[in-house]
Amino acid sequence: MSSTARLDRQASASPTPATKEHRTIRKQGFADRTAGYVFLLPWFAGIAIFTIGPLVYSLYLSFTNYDLLQSPKWVGFANYHQMFTADPRFMHSVRVTLIYVVVVTPVKLALALGVAMLLNRKRRGIGMYRSLFYLPSLLGTSVAVALVWRSLFSQGGAVSNGLASLGLPKTDFINDPSWALPAIILLACWQFGAPMVIFLAGLKQIPSELYDAVDVDGANKWERFRHVTLPLLSPVIFFNVLLETINSFQAFTPAFVISGGTGGPADSTLFYTLYLYQKGFTDFQFGYASAMAWVLLAAVAVLTALMFKVSRVWVFYGDGGNR
Amino acid sequence: MSARTAPALPGRKAAARASSGRRTGRTVLWHVGVVAIALVVVYPVIWMLGTSFKPATEIVTSNRPWPLHWTLQNFPDGWHANPGVTFGKFFVNSLVISVLAVAGTLLSCSFAAYAFSRLEFRGRSVLFAAMVVTILLPYHVLIVPQYAIFKQFGWINTDLPIVAPKFLATEAFFIFLMVQFMRGIPREIDEAARIDGCGPYRTFLWILLPLTRPALITSAIFSFIWTWNDFFTQLVYLNDTEKFTVPIGLSLFVDQTGATSYGPMMAMSILALLPVFLFFLAFQRLLVDGATSSGLKG
Repeated sequence: MSSTARLDRQASASPTPATKEHRTIRKQGFADRTAGYVFLLPWFAGIAIFTIGPLVYSLYLSFTNYDLLQSPKWVGFANYHQMFTADPRFMHSVRVTLIYVVVVTPVKLALALGVAMLLNRKRRGIGMYRSLFYLPSLLGTSVAVALVWRSLFSQGGAVSNGLASLGLPKTDFINDPSWALPAIILLACWQFGAPMVIFLAGLKQIPSELYDAVDVDGANKWERFRHVTLPLLSPVIFFNVLLETINSFQAFTPAFVISGGTGGPADSTLFYTLYLYQKGFTDFQFGYASAMAWVLLAAVAVLTALMFKVSRVWVFYGDGGNR
Repeated sequence: MSARTAPALPGRKAAARASSGRRTGRTVLWHVGVVAIALVVVYPVIWMLGTSFKPATEIVTSNRPWPLHWTLQNFPDGWHANPGVTFGKFFVNSLVISVLAVAGTLLSCSFAAYAFSRLEFRGRSVLFAAMVVTILLPYHVLIVPQYAIFKQFGWINTDLPIVAPKFLATEAFFIFLMVQFMRGIPREIDEAARIDGCGPYRTFLWILLPLTRPALITSAIFSFIWTWNDFFTQLVYLNDTEKFTVPIGLSLFVDQTGATSYGPMMAMSILALLPVFLFFLAFQRLLVDGATSSGLKG
């Protein structure tokens, strides 16, 4: 993470002058060196038991058949092979997830940026609006909100009835294979508040002199946006794109609740995570589910690396971007 | 409406007045736009609130978000929707898990954050980078092997798989948030403490921890809300109705199809989100700033 790199630079830049009194501090600093590890003990234990251990274990499991009752049976690449050649539901879940990620990330972020720019001025009530728009992100992926969505968009729900009163045909969005996924996408976009507050803070960092400068050059609104806002905001945009993409890959609760755990109707909301859950915890195919987990991990890792690589082309770390 | 529209001081030039008129127009337009967005944003919440007080017949027939005839019947109906166990039990279970999660997160993450932000030791930057990577690691990758491991521990159908990891700083996001905050505290303060004879442990306990209070509060609230709302982990690990939490209890409503169950369902949803709303009202500034800084400064 570039941002982290920046933080590290900041941390390592802390000076260690060799004046006399500082040397005595450094002598006491000997205890610090062990103290660092002592304070990290819980974290070390946590990452070993709950992260690295499981990661290695699941890599092993992904090459086995395992139902939790009998011990794992080595099958080589059979799980991976089956996934990509003989499991249409797997490929379908990949498709559903990709559609979701590709639609949600840009739409949600465009919405977040648009509203952030709308709020980036000195007006009364800005703080209230900022909090209010953030609220859906806080309610987030709760089951309660997913239930609201399910009710709003199903037969006799407010949205369906509302559209009917406008003379449009009554649609049972939740039970219509072509409308269930768009309803879930809409739910994700409704939660634009979290990236919005980050954009808003980023916008506030842009020095107003830069806008004054382009105004002198007679720039119009679009040019102001294109040549000042966009480049100076690009580190924040990159951060949001990265985070939203990774989050979108992990969407689970809305799809689970809205489809009643099936991924229906007609598998139209069978998200990758939902299918992984079904394979693991309803079919008890732990080997297969582990293989799916590793494919997901590889996909997210490759995508993240790719995004960092591409970011060098378009992300601008100028003086304005450095705080 | 806005403070800007007010100053029509005597002696102002006509041109200035005309431009202020245009500005008033823009201000009004801006307010209309923002209020429109606000309505779309809060509509689902209002609908949820309204529906929870509507009698069953009205939910299907009326499009008004607000009830025509108010009723409280949905609340007892929802509370007892599941035979044998009430939502009261679910709320207690959720509360226990969430409070323990907060305690564990605050303890373990503040330790780690102190080490990363203040102490010098070999491999710090590598370990810090590893910590940041774990924030991005999809949880679904870990759930299958973790389940298999916890099964061997005999932890399935207990709170332990949900709570125990929090005591070992697995919520790396909060380490990051606290590191950010601790780096903003002047180093001179703990150096002064050290000159006065405070070791790293006492410096942490008596100097740094009290100064980190805002970040601790933010972390506590976020940690509570996320655990309170978390569905996936609880769904996987808790099997007995007796152990169910509020999110699982809510998800049981999905089986009861048809608009007749909307009332009780929304009544329980409102209760489920009540703590979140209360935290939001009390700490909105802190929450929004927390969400901002953890994202931006990083």
